[in-house]
Amino acid sequence: MLPAVEGGPLADEGLVQLLTPAGERVENPEYDRYVAHLSDDDLRAMYRDMVLTRRFDTEATALQRQGELALFAQALGQEAAQIGSGHALKPQDHVFPSYREHGVAHVRGVELAQVLRLFRGVDHGGWDPVAHGFHLYTLVIGSHTLHATGYAMGVQRDGLVGTGDDERDTAVVAYFGDGATSQGDVSEALVFAAVNDAPVVLFCQNNQWAISEPTTRQAAAPIAARAPGFGIPAVRVDGNDVLASYAVTAQALERARSGGGPTFVEAFTYRMGAHTTSDDPSRYRTSEQEEHWRRRDPIDRLRTYLESRGALPAEFVDALQAEADAFGERLRTQVRAMGHPSSASMFEHVYATPHAGVEADRAWFEKYESSFLDAREGSHR
Amino acid sequence: MTTTIFDAMAAQRNHATVGRHPAAAAAPAAASPAPDATASARAASSDVPPSPTGTQRLTFAKAITLGLRRALADDPKVLLMGEDIGRLGGVFRVTDGLQAEFGEDRVVDTPLAESGIVGTAIGLAMRGYRPVVEIQFDGFIFPAYDQITTQLAKMHYRSKGALQLPVVIRVPYGGGIGAVEHHSESPEVLFAHTAGLRVVTPSSPAEAYALIQQAITSPDPVLFFEPKGRYWEKGDVDLDAAAPAPHGSTATGMDSARVVRTGTDVTLVAYGPTVATAVKAAEAAAAEGTSIEVVDLRTLSPLDTATVAESVRRTGRCVVVHEAPVTYGSGAEVAARITEDCFFHLEAPVLRVGGFATPYPVAKIEHDYLPGLDRVLDAVDRALAF
Repeated sequence: MLPAVEGGPLADEGLVQLLTPAGERVENPEYDRYVAHLSDDDLRAMYRDMVLTRRFDTEATALQRQGELALFAQALGQEAAQIGSGHALKPQDHVFPSYREHGVAHVRGVELAQVLRLFRGVDHGGWDPVAHGFHLYTLVIGSHTLHATGYAMGVQRDGLVGTGDDERDTAVVAYFGDGATSQGDVSEALVFAAVNDAPVVLFCQNNQWAISEPTTRQAAAPIAARAPGFGIPAVRVDGNDVLASYAVTAQALERARSGGGPTFVEAFTYRMGAHTTSDDPSRYRTSEQEEHWRRRDPIDRLRTYLESRGALPAEFVDALQAEADAFGERLRTQVRAMGHPSSASMFEHVYATPHAGVEADRAWFEKYESSFLDAREGSHR
Repeated sequence: MTTTIFDAMAAQRNHATVGRHPAAAAAPAAASPAPDATASARAASSDVPPSPTGTQRLTFAKAITLGLRRALADDPKVLLMGEDIGRLGGVFRVTDGLQAEFGEDRVVDTPLAESGIVGTAIGLAMRGYRPVVEIQFDGFIFPAYDQITTQLAKMHYRSKGALQLPVVIRVPYGGGIGAVEHHSESPEVLFAHTAGLRVVTPSSPAEAYALIQQAITSPDPVLFFEPKGRYWEKGDVDLDAAAPAPHGSTATGMDSARVVRTGTDVTLVAYGPTVATAVKAAEAAAAEGTSIEVVDLRTLSPLDTATVAESVRRTGRCVVVHEAPVTYGSGAEVAARITEDCFFHLEAPVLRVGGFATPYPVAKIEHDYLPGLDRVLDAVDRALAF
């Protein structure tokens, strides 16, 4: 074990935890009520989503190594934070993700192959953000925390906060990392969220790394400690504990939907993979640290708990394995079948209404293209 | 062990959200499942006195105020956001009286954070609102530059049309008011250079009244550059003339340049603050027997090259005038386009008059930096001398 870190952003003190790393359920008077209604079926559903998300990571990483993707950003190790929080959402809620929220995307019904359209380079997005209440990935760190806050201000104006109607009251969640908290936009989002009582949950996955920079380069105090300075309550949660992640998010969402304003959640977790497939974590972190966190694997933890309850029958495990294998195979097929966007598609959707500059370029390009076809009786490619 | 170690503030918060917004207050909890905020806001706006009509002589600033007022009255989804725009009415008083009339949720005083203003406006637009953002001064737009160029400009493209962001960003720009540093800048080209944004700038009170309404109805994000040195100039405004086109219409009228004055010898191309300068130059030149045509670009993105080219084919000479630095400026773009389109009609190279390759100078010497009558006429003489 690594020596315990006392104080500062790397201390794991004060974390809400409902499942220990050994998979034992611990009581928590404040948060137990948020998970009391979860059945074994619900827990198995979370387990399934975590396993499939990890399979997605494994497959996508392999696809990148095979040259099928330009880049991939793994969520490896962060499954509990994402699946737990994602399961606490209601259909009418809206999510503004960063770029490795594959687990949340999956929970929101986004077909994970579509996420890879961005990483394959055939699309800047890949899914309909409106249909899923799950917005496009944001590559400029922290920008979307403001979009989420503004969106939440719109929800307020629509009268969909504090009506007492579970089907209508709406919350917004922004997912971002510890590195993003160094960006001015995140601080501005905290200001706007606080002074407007916006129904937004600012969900920071502190995965300990911003590419090669540790959280200690982003903060001198726990990340969550800054929110109260803005007038926003904050909570630190064990982000490798899917139950606790569910519970704190459910509480924060409840506060938002009821008109209680924003909450800052720091999910204390670890990015077990690289920042992206372009990265080499062996240059900046030790194998002991990775091993320390491997022993806190979020999927192992829930599996141990379910097994201890006799709630993970072999048939379920076998069926899930088969589902994951089929999912992996489907993913590989889907990615390779994504095709090539037409060159002319670059001119589409630049503006909502025609723009003379774009139209002139489009016309020129089409003429240029057709000149090749005329000359060579076929595609010039 | 206290698990929620940072929630002490929660108890102190004033949870006044519910009911604070008119829409929320108007919609009882047990109302129909579909929220009808629009209807309730419309009901609220029916209390607003009707917009003034007829032709009035107005300052540039007041014309924008009335354009904004009409947009607020016509569409409950229109919101104004910015620093000091509410009780104060903006540092230039362009939003004067609007908060009193439409309330704090429609005319929103924001925190002092430009990226935050634009970023939250993006979120509001995603939710179906039409935010009109005021950047207090041109030099303060740069903290919002990232949100404008990487987010606002690209969202429609990235989402393949699933998301429209009808956000208007009003920017008082340019010199001539004797301000301190960062209060007189001409950053319009930075945004005209960014695909996904429309960039417009009015040159008179009548133009301002119409153009601001067209910008607000545009489904695309619009940078609306207001020539602040002209805010106090007056002109006749037909308040009935500019009924805005419906949302989504391509016929907002924003995309065209306008021939302000006809002439035969030289085309002067200007926009925003320099249109009046160009007209004065044309009047002065007329006294000496030179006939100058003045074209007001009105829009930098898209650039209406056709109107300029048509004029230049007749005059054979073109001088572009703007306040921004000449280097890599909009004059370079116009000159290049005109050279391509009108090469065989040109009697002289397209000349440019504008700011120098220096930071904006101190107020006491800004009259030497800004393109005034003499520098414009000098360029006209050089064009005629070829």
